This record gives sequence, C-alpha cells and structure tokens, in this order.
Amino acid sequence: MDQYVLGVIVSNIAGVLSRVSGMFTRRGFNIDSLTVGETESSGFSRITIAFHGDDDIKERILQQLRKLHDVKEVEVLNKHETVIRELLLIKIRNSAGSRQDIMTAVEIFRSKIVDYSPSSLTCELTGESSKIDAFIELLKPYGIMEMCRTGIVAIERGDNCLKTK
Amino acid sequence: MKISGAKIVVETLIEQGCDTVFGYPGGQVINLFDELWLCRDRINHVLAAHEQGASHAADGYARATGKVGVVIATSGPGATNIVTGIATAFLDSVPMVAITGNVPCDLIGRDSFQEVDIVGITMPVTKHNFIVKDVAELADTLRTAFRIAKSGRPGPVLVDIPKDVQVALCEFTPNAQPVIPYPLTFAHEDKLAQAAELINSCERPYIYFGGGVISGKASAEVIALADKIDSPVGCSLMGLSAVPSDNPRFLGMQGMHGHYASSIAEDEADLVITLGARFSDRATGNKQRFAKNFKLIHIDIDGAELHKNIPANLAIQGDIRDALERLTAMVEEKKHPEWSARIEELKAEEIRRTENALSSTAEKDCGNCAAPCDKSGIPAKDRLNPYTIIDIISSHADENTVVATDVGQHQMWAAQRYPLKKPRTFLTSGGLGTMGYGMGAAIGAAVATGRRTLLFTGDGSFGMNLNELATAVSQKLPLVVVIMNNGVLGMVRQWQTLFFNKHYSNTTLDRKTDFVKLAEAFGAKGTRVSTAEELEKAAAEAFSYNGTFVIDCVVDCDEFVLPMLPPGGSVDNIITEIK
Repeated sequence: MDQYVLGVIVSNIAGVLSRVSGMFTRRGFNIDSLTVGETESSGFSRITIAFHGDDDIKERILQQLRKLHDVKEVEVLNKHETVIRELLLIKIRNSAGSRQDIMTAVEIFRSKIVDYSPSSLTCELTGESSKIDAFIELLKPYGIMEMCRTGIVAIERGDNCLKTK
Repeated sequence: MKISGAKIVVETLIEQGCDTVFGYPGGQVINLFDELWLCRDRINHVLAAHEQGASHAADGYARATGKVGVVIATSGPGATNIVTGIATAFLDSVPMVAITGNVPCDLIGRDSFQEVDIVGITMPVTKHNFIVKDVAELADTLRTAFRIAKSGRPGPVLVDIPKDVQVALCEFTPNAQPVIPYPLTFAHEDKLAQAAELINSCERPYIYFGGGVISGKASAEVIALADKIDSPVGCSLMGLSAVPSDNPRFLGMQGMHGHYASSIAEDEADLVITLGARFSDRATGNKQRFAKNFKLIHIDIDGAELHKNIPANLAIQGDIRDALERLTAMVEEKKHPEWSARIEELKAEEIRRTENALSSTAEKDCGNCAAPCDKSGIPAKDRLNPYTIIDIISSHADENTVVATDVGQHQMWAAQRYPLKKPRTFLTSGGLGTMGYGMGAAIGAAVATGRRTLLFTGDGSFGMNLNELATAVSQKLPLVVVIMNNGVLGMVRQWQTLFFNKHYSNTTLDRKTDFVKLAEAFGAKGTRVSTAEELEKAAAEAFSYNGTFVIDCVVDCDEFVLPMLPPGGSVDNIITEIK
C-alpha cells in the first residue's frame, strides 16, 4: 500500500471539513493526516489529505471527493514533484545530564529551540514526515513531555498549481 | 418590495415549477405554513399523518413524474422523521428537496426545544445540504438545491431554515424559469469506439440495466441497441418498468430473487453491457464469482460507480441516452442464432421451474405453524398464491397504473410478476429497503398522476405506516391497497427456514389486527379474501371504488420467494424449489 497525498480546494464555508472527513468515514477509507487552511482567495480553503491505499482506493476516493458540491478541485500530488512539509512542536525534559545531547540533536536536525525553562525545553522542527519521525525517535530516551504535529501540507514544484477553474 | 423569508420559500418553490408539497406543520415552520395557506390557490400542500409518510410521498411523487419532490417538516422530531425518507431517496437516486425549519439562529447549539443538527444528521444521506442563516441567500440556496437534486445522477438535497430567517424581510425577484441542471457529462468517443469493438467481436452479449435508464430516459435506446446486436436484456430491481416486461428480449429482474433466465443468461454471456446500475450486493451475490465468465462494459452518469463494486473491462462515464445513441450507431448489426436459441431454452426452463415451485407449495400442508393465516377449510387448489394475486389485480389495472410496493416478499413477487409497460410505473425502495415506504409512495404517485394507484404490501410493512390511510382518505385518493397477509414477516421467516434451523424468532405476528375494520375506521373500504374467486370480486369492486380500498389477501406463511441466490452465493447455488 502506497501513501498518497491529495490537494483539495474547497469552498470556504461552514461544515465543509465535516463533509470531506465524513466521506472518508462513511466509505471506510482511512486518513493518515488532514490539514486545512486558508488560500490566497478568501472564498476557498485548501485541504491536504494523506492516506494509505492501493490504486483502486485512490481512484474511489478521488471520485467520491469530486461528487461533493463544495469540493472545487482535487488532485493527487506527485510526491517526486511536490514539496511536502510537516511542523513538529515537542517538549522534552531538561536536565543537566541530557541538555548537551539534545542541543546536538537540535543542531544536526536544523531544529530550533523555541522555549526554555529549567525543567523543560521545547523544539520546533519542519520537514518531511520521515525526518520528524527520526527526530522524535532520537529524543524519546530524554523524556518527551508532550508533542504535537500538524500533519502534512504539500505544494507542487514549478509552475504547476492546484487552482479552481 | 421586501417580503418574508417564508414567502420567499413559497415563491421560489412555485418559480421552480413545484405544484405540490408534502409535509406536516410544527412550531418552527408556522411562518412557512402561513404562506402556504395564503398561496393555497397556487401551490397544493398535502398533509400527511407522519413526516416519514410525507417524505415517502414526495419520493413517490418524484419517481412517478421525474420532477423534484418536495417535503416540508418542522425542526427536531419533524426533521428526524424524514431522515428515512431522505435516505430512501438517496439510495435510489430520487430528486427531492427537503425543507426543514429550525430554531432561530441565536438558539442554535443550545439544545433548544425541538432542536437537532439536521444538516449534520443528513450529510451522509443527501447529495448536499444547506443551513440558511441569511435571508438574502435563501432564494438562491433553494434554487441551487433544486439544481443539485435534478442534475446528473439525481438525489435528495436538504435546506434547513431557522425560524428567524423565515421571518426576516428581503427583496425578492422571481426567476422566469426553473433552474436548469448542471451540464451533463458525455461519453468519450474513443471509449464508445472501444465498446463497439467489444460488442462487434462478442458472441453472447447481454444487456443489464438499472434505474439510471429510467432517470436518463433511455428506455427506447436500450431496446434499439438490444435489437441491433441481438442481445437479451435484464435489469436490476431499480430498472424495472424501463422496458416493457412483455418485450421478447426482456428476461426480467436478476439478482437475489431475480428470474432464472436472466440470472443464468448473464452468467453464460461473454459480454455484459451494464447501463446505469451500481452492482449492489443484492444484484450480484458473491462479487468474486459474479463477473467471472464475461467481459464487462459499464456505462454510468456517476463516475464514482465505475469500478466501485465490480471492476469493469471498459468503464465509461456519461449520459446513458446519449452514449447509447452514439454506441448503437457504431456497432454492427448482428444475429446470434445459437445464443438466441439458448435464451429460448432458458426461458422454457424458467417456466418449467416456476410451475414446479408453485405446485409444490400449493400441495403443502400448513403443519404446525402458529401463524394465524386462516386457511383452514380452504382446499389447496383454491388458496391464493402470491402470483395469482398479482395476476388478478394486474388484470384490472392498465398500463399507466402506478404500482408501489413495500419491502419484503410481496415486493419481490410483484417485481418478478407484475406486467409493467411504461417507465416510472413501479415504485419500490430498492437500495434502502424501507418497510413502510409503500403507503407514502402510493399517495405521492396518486397525487402526482391524479389516477388510481396500486400498492402491494405485506402485513408487516403495512403495519409500519398504515396511519397514512388517513392521508389517502382525506385526500380522497383512489388507492387500491393489496395486503399479502401471511401473518408473518415472510422474508425474514424465509431466511430463518433456510439458514436458521426454523428458529422463527420474532417473525410470527401474533396480532389480531382486523384490516377490514381498520380500513373502515380510517374511512376507507376494506374486504378480506381467501380464494381467487373472492379476490376477483374484490378487485372489480376496488377498481371501481371512488376512494381508498384495502384488500386483505390471505397468503400461506410458507410461500417462498423463488428463485433465490443464497446470501453471498451465486448462480451456481440458485434455489428454484424448496423440497
């Protein structure tokens, strides 16, 4: 099963997220991650959906999404020609013994420390999901107090755009 | 001039060509009903006994005419009561606009009296739905609702209108015309060319169609293609009435309780051309086995149906009528004498098997059954069997008579046996299988056509919405309600007999309902019949009676719907006789 990333342009109106996520639930498709945000045009939002499935499931998801009245554009983003990013905020236990190791990891992963207290420190990391996974794995031994990830956002390289016609 | 939101609703309905709405008043739609009263010479409101009945009536109205059916209900329980009707319409692709009132905007989300999130509730069973919070958007939202309901593959749309929006004032300019549907998708030329190639090179073609042929108005085109390529034709439950059942190419419905000839013919075909059908599990049986022996061309207006249930060798999205016209022009005229001979053989075999099955039940003793079907003292040969009932009743109807059914054994018997001649004359809940659908649907059809309408129901299904007799009587509708009364929930009982060691759990209706008195209590007329002779007499009376007439027919509780593909089975396991 491959992972697919969909770019979806929807009308920016109440309930649209329910309609899109509800379609996945009731048709029995699983979502790995879903992010939604404004676009350059106030009338539209952009949803990025990642899911695992085979070609058949991908086609069915595309067809079902296209049937939703509020969905204006749907495309499978070609992962090789797409910039895919995810943001992580992670809070780790801060102690004299581990501080230096954590700082080294932060530096190597090009992460950033965004909050610091005598007992905790919070890092921010942007990158592809695999990089985020690796960073979390590395920090586990030092004691993760809490973390949150945004799920992926994705945009095609070059002039290709996902625009409503 | 500014008018109220409630008036905008009524004016927009009239503008959209809506002559009749079905509904039930309530606290949050009083304003709307006030406008309906004021406009009662321009738009007819049919008051149902229950909102569910109103929703099925709107559905029946839509199925019988092809127009958009409209149902109006109040907030809360009024709204939840139409959910089954909306889901029924959704599963069978029926154009419907459901209008619900809701509590004023500032009370939404506070669990106010009779408040539910009907938009949230109906999201998965509508093509789309709206809540209108600004009266300035009301007219256009309703227009869009009509447009969505009747575009492409039709379906229900719900518009929820809070009370304050009905009260608020706004400028309104009526449109000169009803909205036109969104542009249709048309089949790609090269795909049709590929289809033509497959058809030209096949030896045993078979055309299988569904309800899409009715909503796509493609009946004549199906026959034209079948004639040109010399193909037999069969259909799903939803496809019934699209092609006259006496057309020699027509083998009938297929699927779980489909005709023997159509089910076997499809399996023996080398190419199946499927038109406007979705391969529901009830139509296919075991999906792995279903399309094993043939190549499949699938044409549907809804791209999401292609490859959804059964992968096709060639899938074409597009309007059925247009696709068929172009495809028929492309294919070569063919004759398949061997295949035609085989079809004739199958038809003869079907007649033989049906007769065997009928005579075996006729001779059967009732045994120790607890069902109060009251056939003691009636000689076996005089007992009513379901096919006899349908034959007698249909002989009194004409080709324009709309036939509604409920859900269960009687539905399948009617689907198998009733001689249908014209599209939109057979109304049945195919996808959702809604027991209790029939009374509402028959009322909607009778109101829409102004003609005598027929309902086949069972004592189980009828029990679910028989309160709509009140509606039929108050509307002075000439309905003929035929109850196949076997004292049991026959379809479930059939499964219990075959697959659950005759554990008749909760399917024996130990009820003492007297349907004749019940009909009379509602102001209708009723009679109970046990023999063909009695039924003949009752039918003659019912079809000349100026009002609603209930015929309570005594039927053996162990009549089976045959043939049957066992659940998850296939044509390999077709049951045509119960020993």
